[in-house]
Amino acid sequence: MIAFSHTDNQPLIELQGVTKVYGTGQAAMHALRGIDLYIEEGDFVAVMGPSGSGKSTCMNILGCLDTPTAGAYKFKGIEVGKLTRNQRTRLRRYYLGFVFQGYNLLNRTSALENVELPLIYRGVPAGVRRSRALETLETVGLKGWESHTPGELSGGQQQRVAIARAIVTDPAVLFADEPTGNLDTARSREIMDLLTGLNRDRRITIVMVTHERDMAAYAKRIVRFLDGVVESDGQNGRAT
Amino acid sequence: MLWSTVLLALRELKRNVMRSILTILGIVIGVGAVITMVTIGGGATVQVRQQIASMGSNLLMVSPGKRLGPGQSSGNIPFKQADAEAIAREVSSVAAVAPVSSQSIQAVFGNQNWSTQVTGSDNKYFRVTNRSIRSGRQFSDSELRAGAAVCIVGETVRKKLFGGQDPLGEKIRLQKLSCEVIGLLEGKGQSTMGMDQDDIVVIPLSTYQRRISGNQDVAIIQVSVRDGAPTDKAQRDIQLLMRERRHLSSNDDDNFNVMDMKEIAKMLTGTTQLLTALLSAVAAVSLLVGGIGIMNIMLVSVTERTREIGIRLAIGAFEREVLMQFLVEAVVLSSFGGLIGIVLALTASVWLAGMLRVPFVFNAGIVVIAFLFSAAVGVIFGYFPALKAARLDPIEALRYE
Repeated sequence: MIAFSHTDNQPLIELQGVTKVYGTGQAAMHALRGIDLYIEEGDFVAVMGPSGSGKSTCMNILGCLDTPTAGAYKFKGIEVGKLTRNQRTRLRRYYLGFVFQGYNLLNRTSALENVELPLIYRGVPAGVRRSRALETLETVGLKGWESHTPGELSGGQQQRVAIARAIVTDPAVLFADEPTGNLDTARSREIMDLLTGLNRDRRITIVMVTHERDMAAYAKRIVRFLDGVVESDGQNGRAT
Repeated sequence: MLWSTVLLALRELKRNVMRSILTILGIVIGVGAVITMVTIGGGATVQVRQQIASMGSNLLMVSPGKRLGPGQSSGNIPFKQADAEAIAREVSSVAAVAPVSSQSIQAVFGNQNWSTQVTGSDNKYFRVTNRSIRSGRQFSDSELRAGAAVCIVGETVRKKLFGGQDPLGEKIRLQKLSCEVIGLLEGKGQSTMGMDQDDIVVIPLSTYQRRISGNQDVAIIQVSVRDGAPTDKAQRDIQLLMRERRHLSSNDDDNFNVMDMKEIAKMLTGTTQLLTALLSAVAAVSLLVGGIGIMNIMLVSVTERTREIGIRLAIGAFEREVLMQFLVEAVVLSSFGGLIGIVLALTASVWLAGMLRVPFVFNAGIVVIAFLFSAAVGVIFGYFPALKAARLDPIEALRYE
């Protein structure tokens, strides 16, 4: 059940025997039961599995939003479990981007301002911030929609704004949690094309959780979770 | 980092104008009310002092009864004109003594009528109360003795009854008494108690007693002490004289009252200050309620914005940045509310001061206190909900609906 994908000296992401337990004693829930996972820079990984298989928990740990109960998670060789909350925040701020199923944009806030937000926290000066946000919105195909608020955008457009917000900082890894979960097939394909393009052209490593086979097919590599362990891990037949 | 946080906070406020307005409303009203009350109260106190000063510190008032004010029992023996004459004769340090009786009566001229204070006294009255005749003349001795139907009117009465017409020589009617206007008093303005001192008609005391009150009583004796002479000595002399005239034995209490202006001033300023304190207390309660309003809105908005906090934390905001943002929002709101409150209060105070004809006294202390209070409310009530928010687990916060 243990999968070694690469033998590079320094993988971008390294999970060794990671377990996650929620609660204690009788009520303890083992979400992850010893995960080993290596992800190289530039990879596009689809994480699949039924509900409760631990894929979202794994994603939260990878995204430095949560810490493992046991085992080691190394990001660029840094032991994340040993970092403080603020240090993990710093890691998210400078290296990670997030796309959620529910878009999670700020309400009553224009697309441009939403995309600017991570740059504000990075302390990027206003002029640069604006031009980079505009540029990124153009990349995701939203030129001309900059001043619209989430309420005025369709689901697909909102997810594009969310993607723009995630990549405006040029992150090392983009974590996408069911990015097409709320979208119809046509819109989903557009989003997947966009992600594939970002992975190919901008060399952004993408880790995507999905339970849709069609969407996973876009990835280079598919990792399947079942009951808190990695069930299978392999190159996607259709990989580009 | 601080600047970007302030920027975020300001953006957030701009985005939620309605919520922001509702939040500051309480503070605006609270701060406004406190400052207005204290300012008007301060103005009233100053005015009382000024007017007492303008009346002169050498005025004594002799009135029957143990105490001036309500609760005066009717059993007290009233003064007679002879009492006033005795004071003038016996007490060496007095400059002038005026026996005064007055009541409110409808004055009629032609088809105009006006309810005014009709005062019976003599020419000493003008000296004691520091008033002068602008045109016409004082009462003559024979008029005073005979109780002639003549009167001297104040500026307000002239305006109300005669308009632009010259009142001298005209006849006005006071109840059944028709009297000729022989003089016009110089205007004096509003008195300590808020009464118009020019709303007055003076007639000879004997006329008053015979034609208006129907008895020989004198309500009050006003005494002005000679310049340079000690007031307390005059006060004591009058007291002794009156005790003797009223046949009081050594263990009887005074059944009259000799008050000097200092006492009257103390009594009046005491009253205004008490009123100011009371009103300010009520206003302070409204400020407190405003503070609780801010606390409420902050708590609600933090709960409402849990998901937003989750988003911010997930994309790399530090706990302290989220905390700062909420804190800045609260402080900006409450100090903005404070500033609006101050502007409103000063505008209202100037306007009210004009309406109530009290001087506008700017009290920098209360403005500073009210502003600091509103800012403190923002910091305190903004801090704790914000702290709660910033400590949230980003995953939990994101899941919050």
